[in-house]
Amino acid sequence: MSGVRVLVGTRKGAFILTSDGKREQWNVSGPHFAGWEIYHVNGSPVNPDRLYASQSSGWFGQMIQRSDDGGKTWEAVGNKFAYEGVPGTHQWYDGTQHPWAFARVWHLEPSPTDVDTVYAGVEDAALFRSADGGQTWQELPGLREHGSGPHWQPGAGGMCLHTIILDPSDPQRIFIAISAAGAFRTDDGGKTWRPINRGLKSQGIPDPNAEVGHCVHHITMHPSRPGTLFMQKHWDIMRSDDAGDSWREVSGNLPSDFGFPIAVHSHEPETIYVVPIKSDSEHYPPEGKLRVYRSRGGGNEWEALTNGLPQKDCYVNVLRDAMAVDSLDSCGVYFGTTGGQVYASADSGDTWAPIVRDLPAVLSVEVQTLP
Amino acid sequence: MIRVVLPHHLRNLARVGDEVEIEVTGAVTQRSVLDAVEAAYPVLRGTIRDHVSRQRRPFLRFFACEQDLSHEPPDDPLPEAVAAGKEPFLIVGAMAGG
Repeated sequence: MSGVRVLVGTRKGAFILTSDGKREQWNVSGPHFAGWEIYHVNGSPVNPDRLYASQSSGWFGQMIQRSDDGGKTWEAVGNKFAYEGVPGTHQWYDGTQHPWAFARVWHLEPSPTDVDTVYAGVEDAALFRSADGGQTWQELPGLREHGSGPHWQPGAGGMCLHTIILDPSDPQRIFIAISAAGAFRTDDGGKTWRPINRGLKSQGIPDPNAEVGHCVHHITMHPSRPGTLFMQKHWDIMRSDDAGDSWREVSGNLPSDFGFPIAVHSHEPETIYVVPIKSDSEHYPPEGKLRVYRSRGGGNEWEALTNGLPQKDCYVNVLRDAMAVDSLDSCGVYFGTTGGQVYASADSGDTWAPIVRDLPAVLSVEVQTLP
Repeated sequence: MIRVVLPHHLRNLARVGDEVEIEVTGAVTQRSVLDAVEAAYPVLRGTIRDHVSRQRRPFLRFFACEQDLSHEPPDDPLPEAVAAGKEPFLIVGAMAGG
């Protein structure tokens, strides 16, 4: 029987949650890298036993860990992330220019075609690639050297490149997003980049329609429709049907359109999920009710999914990389909270149950569907 | 042999116990000791000193013989007792965080 492996990054280590296809009984493994912040763990689509983990610490810096047995054992690989050339400066919180400085890896995106190729999105914002299983990393400097770079500035969490989408239909096309610069796309394998933020409106920046400066929280895509992107912006749920050339708002009847993650159903490209958060000043669910909202029409019309989720006194957050779906026949949806719960739904969100309740704050959730 | 005490997380990364012993050729300084530690345990490269700047990470401290040597020039000689292997060179994680 097929199964799933849920890869959970937390403030104090990584956890691996496994189950068979029923997704009722779970085995919990961890903490791996106990005491370290694990921003992201992700698996190779080519070989699901190849995992990559971003392990970081305010004391000891960045480590990258690799597993070739599905997370049973790990090997530290390359942790040198050096910007190409003179990295230059970007805007700082006080409006002055600040030197680009590497802080950590936020997101790891393994190649869909080569087990040893993996991309890393880092803070301060840049995109790196490894072609040797993480042993060495090279920056794709065209992004950072985009002419708008000196105007980028950090969001509250740092100037992080947090979203990497490799277009399954075009190996030359990559989408990325940076807080708080916005979304960018390359059509030549990373040599040159263009901002794709037309249609975004952000009241918190001097020009609400600026080319860059938008606080994009997360973007997702269904692999069967690589031209359609869904975005959770700081405020607003946005949709593009032209690969990011233009966006329109699809927040519709949500109780709040502030939030962090956004995910798309594995078999229904127009079914999307968000977790509304009260506001940018109060990072918890409206009314203390933890509700996932699902739209089956690609936005605008949303329904609250509450069965099995706490509907009173709940004040957790769900971070941008902490929601994922499996690809079993009945699509599983998963998310982790800053309160340490990882919730799973084996029926596309109709009902939920916690896999675990008491982990450290969850930073990221990825899911592998195993043969 | 130079004795070096690593903090908990670096012991785990290097898969060693509380204290390691390393050989240093030439002058025994912060730089030569750290170079030798990194040569013996490559996994620690970048964890004590920044890969690019080679500066001590801000939340790490270097102690020896009841002295804080963190701000001493990296090429200054370490105390004779460290060079003689009588006292360890301590790499300490600052007490901070939750």
